Amino acid sequence: MSALAEDPAPAPQRLARARAAQRRARWGRISQAARGGVSFWSRSLRLRVLVLTLSTSILVIAVLGLVLQQQITDRLLESKRDAAIAELENALGVTQSQLSNADPEETSLQSQLLNVVNVLGRPVDTGAAQGGKAGVFEPVVATLRGVSVTAGLWSDVPAELRSKVSEGTLAWQYTSIIREGQQGAALVVGGPAITGTDSFGVFLIFPLSGEQRTIQVIQRTLLVAGAALVAAMTLIAVVVASQVVRPVRRAAAVAERFAAGALEERMPVKGAAELTTMARSFNGMAEAIRAQIRQLEEFGRLQRRFTSDVSHELRTPVTTVRMAADLLHAERKQFPAHLGRATELLVDELDRFETLLADLLEISRHDAGMAELNAEPTDVRGHVESCVTAVHALADRVGVSISVEVPDDPVIAEVDARRFERILRNLLGNAIDHADGGRVEVEVADGPESIAIAVTDYGVGLRPGEAGLVFNRFWRADPSRQRQTGGTGLGLAISLEDARLHGGWLQASGTPGLGARFRLTLPKVSGTLVTGSPLPLRSPAHREGRDDHLDPHDDADEHIIDPVAVRTEGARDRDPRAGIGR
Amino acid sequence: MRPRVLVVDDDPALAEMLTIVLRGEGFDTAVVRDGARAVDAFRDSHPDLILLDLMLPGVSGLDVCKEIRAESGVPIIMLTAKTDTVDVVLGLESGADDYVMKPFKPKELTARIRARLRRSDTGSAELLRVADVEIDVPGHQVTRAGRPISLTPLEFDLLVALARKPRQVFSREVLLEQVWGYRHAADTRLVNVHVQRLRSKIEKDPERPEVVVTVRGVGYKAGVS
Repeated sequence: MSALAEDPAPAPQRLARARAAQRRARWGRISQAARGGVSFWSRSLRLRVLVLTLSTSILVIAVLGLVLQQQITDRLLESKRDAAIAELENALGVTQSQLSNADPEETSLQSQLLNVVNVLGRPVDTGAAQGGKAGVFEPVVATLRGVSVTAGLWSDVPAELRSKVSEGTLAWQYTSIIREGQQGAALVVGGPAITGTDSFGVFLIFPLSGEQRTIQVIQRTLLVAGAALVAAMTLIAVVVASQVVRPVRRAAAVAERFAAGALEERMPVKGAAELTTMARSFNGMAEAIRAQIRQLEEFGRLQRRFTSDVSHELRTPVTTVRMAADLLHAERKQFPAHLGRATELLVDELDRFETLLADLLEISRHDAGMAELNAEPTDVRGHVESCVTAVHALADRVGVSISVEVPDDPVIAEVDARRFERILRNLLGNAIDHADGGRVEVEVADGPESIAIAVTDYGVGLRPGEAGLVFNRFWRADPSRQRQTGGTGLGLAISLEDARLHGGWLQASGTPGLGARFRLTLPKVSGTLVTGSPLPLRSPAHREGRDDHLDPHDDADEHIIDPVAVRTEGARDRDPRAGIGR
Repeated sequence: MRPRVLVVDDDPALAEMLTIVLRGEGFDTAVVRDGARAVDAFRDSHPDLILLDLMLPGVSGLDVCKEIRAESGVPIIMLTAKTDTVDVVLGLESGADDYVMKPFKPKELTARIRARLRRSDTGSAELLRVADVEIDVPGHQVTRAGRPISLTPLEFDLLVALARKPRQVFSREVLLEQVWGYRHAADTRLVNVHVQRLRSKIEKDPERPEVVVTVRGVGYKAGVS
């Protein structure tokens, strides 16, 4: 049987191949869609697990299905073939005995062959169906030599098989036949029946419709089972992924809450070993961070407490000294001139000392986050006017003129009057100190969501980089410079804190030799944050005079306060910019 | 007769300095250096006014203040180094009439003392009514339905100021000037705290005041009589 030839593509295989191709096309579409959503792909673990599981299980099940189907088909056809060949050998024997004395004359040969076909086509003595194990068949008998006489459906016997049989071998071949108007696969086996006088070819055509039906059922079963398997695996994968993802998400939520400041937040140590390890590591890290933060907070708290305590403790002796000095001051006319002058100096410096104490206390209150904002809707023009009036005498003394430009309509904003006036007084005092006897301009502007006040001087100005430093405590551009206004060096730092407390900005800009400008922007509604200012930060006058060789990063001088840092309680201390030079 | 001031302060230098300044201004002074002895000294010396430092060793200034206030309406001015709202309000709530923040100038202190000692001298018999509360001004008596209500002089002054002009709304600044004697606007917390204290004594339901009525965004006025 080793000589048996084989048709390159039996029908069921073609069918399976077509399905595989279809599957490949589907997979192609899925992978394309996956490529389209790369960003989501890389973000969602669940999607990745889903797609990977789906594709891998489809691939594996498709291969398995194909192999299985191939095996079953092969087994089926093989047993059919074996049975068919057994049937053929039987038929050959019958034919030999029937035709041993065949009349070589053509017409009688024809009838004899027909007779053989009839005998072969009938069930033999057994009561069983025709064909037995091999199933139904249609016999064909033909002469192999001389005149061609055939009986049965000779045309359904492939020519290749005819020639093999005529060479004297048993052979089989798959072909396609048409029965009852329908094309179907069939197995044709054939062999020579040699009598003393002649040799005949006996062919048995086995229609494979039954086998095809069986294979179709198997295919369908495999498809359904495969699909069910893929679905089950995908489901399991998604569930498992979710189980992995859920604790990861929970962990992420915990981490976020921790980052937001809930330092007591910990991850529950339970579930899979990997997760408990992660939870333990996270908790360890959280504990370390918390300890570190607590320690830093404690240091900060002690430091602030110290400042506050010192300020408080100083107050009692200062009160005594103050009273004594005032008593002496009231009687100074009776003293010799030098003692009288000394008393005056004593009282003046005590004033300065008290201002410094008050400023220190104020800044320590800001540091401790204890500063309170008593914001009420206010027409800020009144405060601007009164602050300007208050510094007029001082400005006159140093030869500085102050011009004020305010809108005609009320400029209403929710401000803390005390803090607002303090900022203005500090800005004015600072401007007068640095105006070098020039002029100082005050502008007030009303915006849609914020108001702004700019104080501009035309004095020494600010060198590049100094605009961020002016708000530092006790910072001086020029240590030799004399303070006219008796400022403590904390004024601008306190003003910056006051502006932040309002949710506003206090920024500085300047050009060396041309002047400096400070702009205060406050939100109209207390509790909101400033997003823009109705006044420019840089004075046009300063800009016009700018030299080309100036630092191209000059805009970086603009000390912009991160509004986010203002809102988050305690974030001020962590704001790196706020910490410069302290 | 010189008014007598009891100084309760643990800092010897400040206490002595206060004595010097107050004597110079025409007051008699007595000094107590710790909180535990302050109440006894108050009972012995019957001062016209008490200057009380809030930070005292032993019994705290707040407790001293409460104890004295429980048995007397004597004006109490507290001396404080703390400026935070909480501290000031706590002091006022424990019964102080006014406060002076360290470091203060001698003139500021004596002005505060004089304002508290100044009594409204009304010779004629004056009887005021607010809601169901009757005020006998010269007799310093407040009664509701014949039952006397005990008010401190400051609370009495506050009530009289409101009751004398029943239709007028008083801003906190105006009350500070009329009752406390502040020339320019100062701490409006003083007014808030004392209005609360006054209400707790004279109102039937302090949550729904009828005698001292709040006018939102403006201030206070006397209730309808």
